[in-house]
Amino acid sequence: MNTLATNPGFTIPGSEPLFDGRAWTAIAAFLIATLVVVPVLFLVVPASSSFHVSAYFVTLVGKIMCYCAVAVAMNLIWGYTGILSLGHGVFFALGGYAFGMYLMRMIGREGQYQSLLPDFMVFLDWKAYPWYWSFTDHFWVAMVLVVLAPGLLAFVFGFFAFRSRIKGVYFSIITQALTFAFMLLFFRNDTGFGGNNGFTDFKRILGYRIADPHTRAALFALTAAYLMACLVLSRALIRSKTGRVLTAIRDSENRLMFSGYNPLWYKLFVWTLSAVLCGIAGALYVPQVGIINPGEMSAANSIEIAVWVAVGGRGTLLGPLVGASLVNGAKSYFTQSFPEYWLFFLGLLFILVTLFLPKGVVGWFREKRKAAA
Amino acid sequence: MPLRLATRVLIGLALVFGLCAGAGAAAIEPALLAQLTSEDAAEKGEAIDAIAAIGDEAALAVLSALRDGMLKVSGTGQMFIAERGKATDAATGAAVDPVPDDAEKVTINNRLRTRIESAIGALRIFSKDPKERLAAVATLTADEAMLPALDQALASETDPAIKSALQQVRAASQLKSSDAAKRLAAIDVLAESLDAKSKNLLLPLMEKSPAGEFAEPDEQVRQAASAAVAAIERRLAVYDYAGRVFTGLSLGSILLLVALGLAITYGLLGVINMAHGEMLMIGAYATYATQTVFRAYFPAAIDWYVVFALPVAFLVAGGIGILLERSVIRWLYGRPLETLLATWGISLFLIQLVRQLFGAQNVEVSNPTWMSGGITVVNLVLPWNRIVIIGFSMTVLLLVWLMLTRTRLGLFVRGVTQNRTMASCVGVPTGRVDMIAFGLGSGIAGLAGCALSQIGNVGPELGQSYIIDSFMVVVLGGVGQLAGTVYAALGLGVASKFLEPYLGAVPTKILILVLIIAFIQKRPQGLFALKGRSVET
Repeated sequence: MNTLATNPGFTIPGSEPLFDGRAWTAIAAFLIATLVVVPVLFLVVPASSSFHVSAYFVTLVGKIMCYCAVAVAMNLIWGYTGILSLGHGVFFALGGYAFGMYLMRMIGREGQYQSLLPDFMVFLDWKAYPWYWSFTDHFWVAMVLVVLAPGLLAFVFGFFAFRSRIKGVYFSIITQALTFAFMLLFFRNDTGFGGNNGFTDFKRILGYRIADPHTRAALFALTAAYLMACLVLSRALIRSKTGRVLTAIRDSENRLMFSGYNPLWYKLFVWTLSAVLCGIAGALYVPQVGIINPGEMSAANSIEIAVWVAVGGRGTLLGPLVGASLVNGAKSYFTQSFPEYWLFFLGLLFILVTLFLPKGVVGWFREKRKAAA
Repeated sequence: MPLRLATRVLIGLALVFGLCAGAGAAAIEPALLAQLTSEDAAEKGEAIDAIAAIGDEAALAVLSALRDGMLKVSGTGQMFIAERGKATDAATGAAVDPVPDDAEKVTINNRLRTRIESAIGALRIFSKDPKERLAAVATLTADEAMLPALDQALASETDPAIKSALQQVRAASQLKSSDAAKRLAAIDVLAESLDAKSKNLLLPLMEKSPAGEFAEPDEQVRQAASAAVAAIERRLAVYDYAGRVFTGLSLGSILLLVALGLAITYGLLGVINMAHGEMLMIGAYATYATQTVFRAYFPAAIDWYVVFALPVAFLVAGGIGILLERSVIRWLYGRPLETLLATWGISLFLIQLVRQLFGAQNVEVSNPTWMSGGITVVNLVLPWNRIVIIGFSMTVLLLVWLMLTRTRLGLFVRGVTQNRTMASCVGVPTGRVDMIAFGLGSGIAGLAGCALSQIGNVGPELGQSYIIDSFMVVVLGGVGQLAGTVYAALGLGVASKFLEPYLGAVPTKILILVLIIAFIQKRPQGLFALKGRSVET
């Protein structure tokens, strides 16, 4: 080990610093901007001032930060482990639905029918909550569900898929079918999750009114902190020994197996972790956007997550953030200015990035810098 | 009412004798016709019954005209039937010229109308046209008074379908008889029936009134009825199963058509073409375009546009496939996951392109006349378009099989599928084989799209609704063998149609997905995997 450790080209996994000084500064700057500056500009600075940020901006950036967290989770499984999931939308939506259940119960009697039950249940003439809604009026139960629902699904699905060594394109297709099946399930009114309208019209969260600017600012700050936590976690994981095994799975699973590792548990771990991270992002997304419906589980949505990571750069720490921000920024610009060209743009983006930017924007910059050096 | 019953029996008997005496022998008494214009509804009704009792073509014409409001009376009291500017005398059938312009319609009320309807029905079972007779039998209501007429009709009937329908009505009428033996005989006839209606006739016999009395007093008759109901149910279940097998095969053959092209490209290139669904869509729109051209330039041959649409769909989809392979996909070989994303991008692009060109709404593609309607097998209706598609997909399957096993190109395709490097070493131009195979796969998808346009909506999202199912077929069937695709497609089709009545459409889809995942546990490479020693990298 000693000889290896003194070899200049080799570092023992876990021994290198988590981040260098510049990266820590960047993270701190981001946190100050999102936890202090934006809330102050939003809440304190009057709307007449040119420094004021609008509620629209806060919601949009908050939404994009949720997507960024999803992209970071996706990067763990695709960028580092080489397993392309086309079904991450289902984990995102399950987290959202789990927290949405809590938000629905917090509406109380303020719904259209003044019933304790959500409007869609009154509409179906249900008299009581179905069993799987029990205890969801407790915040902490909902929080546990946010983690458990996507986590369990990912664990069970992943166990069976990885055990029989389904991989590559087969795995991608199966995950796509999974999210498709869940979308069909949630579209049904009888499933008890509001059918195709999903959950909406939330009123309060932990007693605070959801439309209140202070609540919005708090959610925004929370999302930013969560995103940074995801980033640090993903860096710590990749830097560890486990992380090395994960990249080995990506680069040559057979060789790893011949070296005596069983990839099953490594894959299952990172797959479940990725799903849980997605679920929490979904839970943060729902109160900010104010709606969750089965459309989030469509196959197209899940594939879009993959393209965020591809645009930014797979297997790079910052790539997912860059990709998710660029694509979603472009999306909100296009859908407002030229809605009919958005699909052309997105389609071309898929094609051009895979053809000409296989390492994404971040990878491209990195190569340029290397070439310059 | 007894009076009415009596008149009806009278009609029945009169019909028999009237017909025995020879149809059309007597003209209708003018006095009887005049009675139709009476102010008194009861008198009118008697006249109707009396005319019905004559039982010949002229009587049928008068009653039909009366029902349709075409029987008119002129100022001079002449009765005639006005039809599209022509008029014929109601009594003699002679042409009336000129048409009197002071004529008034003979009016009827609703009660009379129903009376006319059943009288017409009874008359029409003696019509010369078998189709007319069959339609007439279907309108008859069970009534003991009808028995003599029915017996008469049965004696002269030669068409087996009409005969059995008549027997059913006869049995239903006999069921109302007060004679237990007659009722038993009726039940025996009904037990042979394939119609849920006969079951409904028998069920009330076994009902108990609140007082605890059976509707049917005779114990023996009740037992016979319950046995008959069981027999009918068994027979209905058999046909129900047959119907499900048919719809399952129909769905399976559609899946097969959709998945065939995908299986070829996937087997050869290791590339799941996410834009495969859009090739279907392009095929369907090519069919639509062909239809539009035919409507504009060859309206006489519009019935055969589908035949011309097939090569058009094949060439357009295949051409676009080759274009995509040359411009995008060939740069991505060896990077399957990226190919997945790029082809998804292509599919988004094509969807939007079609939206811009043809609009976001569904377009209307109509069945040619020879494809509409269906064959009726006892109580199953097998639509022609489904039958044609089953045949079509079998034909395409045969052609693909011949191409793969009997041609040089097929040999190359199989060689590249099994071992690309080795094939390349012995001189197979793998690049060209890739291109042609991709074009072929897309072309087959175009054909499938042409077929789909005949059974469903044609819109920009057409491909999206089939793509996941066809992926499942390929995943289940495994790569490199047509047999796997065939078994998987037909199996999935029949299985989902058998599960749907019990579970509903969505749970069936979910269950099938779970079953596929469970199955892959056992056989990760699908139903039919190529045997080989290579470890996949």
